[in-house]
Amino acid sequence: MTVKPTLETNRLLTLFQEHGAQVVHADILQPAETLLDLYGEDIRARAYVTSDPLRGEMMLRPDFTVPVVQMHMDSGADPARYTYAGEVFRRQEHDPSRPIEYSQVGYELFGGHDPAEADAEVFTLISEALEGTPLRAATGDIGILMAAVRGLRTTDDRKSALLRHIWRPRRFRALLDRFGGKTPVPATRAALLAMDDPMAKAVGEAGLRSRAEVSVRIDALRADAKAPPVSAEELDLLDTILGLRETAPMVLSILRDIALDLPAIDSAVSQMARRLDALSRHGVDVDSLEFEGSFGRTSLEYYDGFVFGLYAADRPDLPPVATGGRYDALTAVLGRGRSVPAVGGVIRPGLLAEIRGQA
Amino acid sequence: MTIKLGVPSKGRLMEKTFDWFAARGLTLRKSGQDREYSGVVEGIDGVELVLLSAGEIPRELAAGRLHLGVTGSDLVREKVAIWEQRLGEVALMGFGGADLIIAVPQFWVDVDTLDDLDAAAAAFRSRHGFRLRIATKYHRLVRDFLRDNGVADYQLVDSQGATEGSVKNETAEAIADITSTGETLRANGLKILSDGLIHASQATLFKSRMAEWSDDDRAVMARLEAMID
Repeated sequence: MTVKPTLETNRLLTLFQEHGAQVVHADILQPAETLLDLYGEDIRARAYVTSDPLRGEMMLRPDFTVPVVQMHMDSGADPARYTYAGEVFRRQEHDPSRPIEYSQVGYELFGGHDPAEADAEVFTLISEALEGTPLRAATGDIGILMAAVRGLRTTDDRKSALLRHIWRPRRFRALLDRFGGKTPVPATRAALLAMDDPMAKAVGEAGLRSRAEVSVRIDALRADAKAPPVSAEELDLLDTILGLRETAPMVLSILRDIALDLPAIDSAVSQMARRLDALSRHGVDVDSLEFEGSFGRTSLEYYDGFVFGLYAADRPDLPPVATGGRYDALTAVLGRGRSVPAVGGVIRPGLLAEIRGQA
Repeated sequence: MTIKLGVPSKGRLMEKTFDWFAARGLTLRKSGQDREYSGVVEGIDGVELVLLSAGEIPRELAAGRLHLGVTGSDLVREKVAIWEQRLGEVALMGFGGADLIIAVPQFWVDVDTLDDLDAAAAAFRSRHGFRLRIATKYHRLVRDFLRDNGVADYQLVDSQGATEGSVKNETAEAIADITSTGETLRANGLKILSDGLIHASQATLFKSRMAEWSDDDRAVMARLEAMID
């Protein structure tokens, strides 16, 4: 049976309203197309898809972020704070012990002029909401990894490919190995590149992908073959960032060292420093705050900055009680050209009740 | 009590299954008229023959309504989530072999690997405004495979037949389908990605872990296993 912890839910909603959040609602059935375009076909394995004879494919909402962002982009208040509560639905193909339905209470903050302050506000508020429960916090910053990729001394095509796969760690690694010359060029590609006119073999055109598109890609492959490999030094720096697992102040000092060799991460590192200051002003003990360089890369959300998870300290078997982060890029994708800085977090009141022994 | 053995109800798969059991001293045959889908097993007591569509056998095994069943290993992987926990492989039968593969138009001289497919999909999406379409009826297997290999910016479109024609008909840019010789693919101007083998399928005798197995059933199963071993 699903735990429906009404008491916790109401307490959290009230708390978030007291902090200026407006209560918003989202339909349980969401148009599938938006979510599919955002997350790709993979989401079909994680969300329930159903269909309506008139509206086409619909999805039982796997999260609130997308509908809340869409609603905000249509309204456009700045800054704006929202809270919501309700069930989310997650299809489970591999593990029958994981819940397929659970409630979430969220707090989202759009706009504002100080992202560090906004990050700190959300993190602190979510932590306060869980007060009384011993928690372990894990944090990260996808923005630093993205800045590091953008700063590599290599082609724009390679950087785009890496950025596109930031949230797919295995593919990201395979690309790095290839761009760094660690894995050899596939034999068929080498053969293709050795031909004077590979397009001569491109006969029997069929389908929507045109001859011109094939030709453009061959040019791109040629350019890539000419580009020197990403240097071992830069690969090491990326590996260091990905492998970071220290307290936040320690990480900050390591990142400042890395920035000497990779100045492109300067502004992302300064942003992290401002965030730590803001967290400190909000009363967070940043000296003991954990930071992981790869945190948030495999979650459902397309976080692209600060990310955090709060775990029950004495229940390592449970998923995080709360998660959140910054998703500026998502607002750009859903905002049809416009974008707004956005950061938010969700709490699972059911887990909270379980940890507190109320379930 | 008897063990229920599910076998494909028609075609080559049925004939080959009958042959396979016959070679092991077990005669399977349809009872009564040819159009009747019930059958008998001779050579062992306590086994009941159920004839049904190969596509339904995975579901019946997963539900525990069949104790044993013969079907393609591709169908089990496609239709039964966490199949290893619910079903067990008793014997690979060595026929009905076919590969589930990803194929693209031959004139895509720039695409030979999944890495190429991923790059082509990204470029296709930004140019055409929608995700590159892959026609298939093996949704779960293809999706898991592409996720594990980090391919993005594609969409699966359902195709229950004549999938090889999807590209020419412009309902898809690539396909994922079963092939044994590759002849139909070539005839339709398609080629297989060099690392695009999703699953090498063959007819397999499965047992259900979800069915009720009485002590008598287990004894029958032990005798059966001794015969087919």
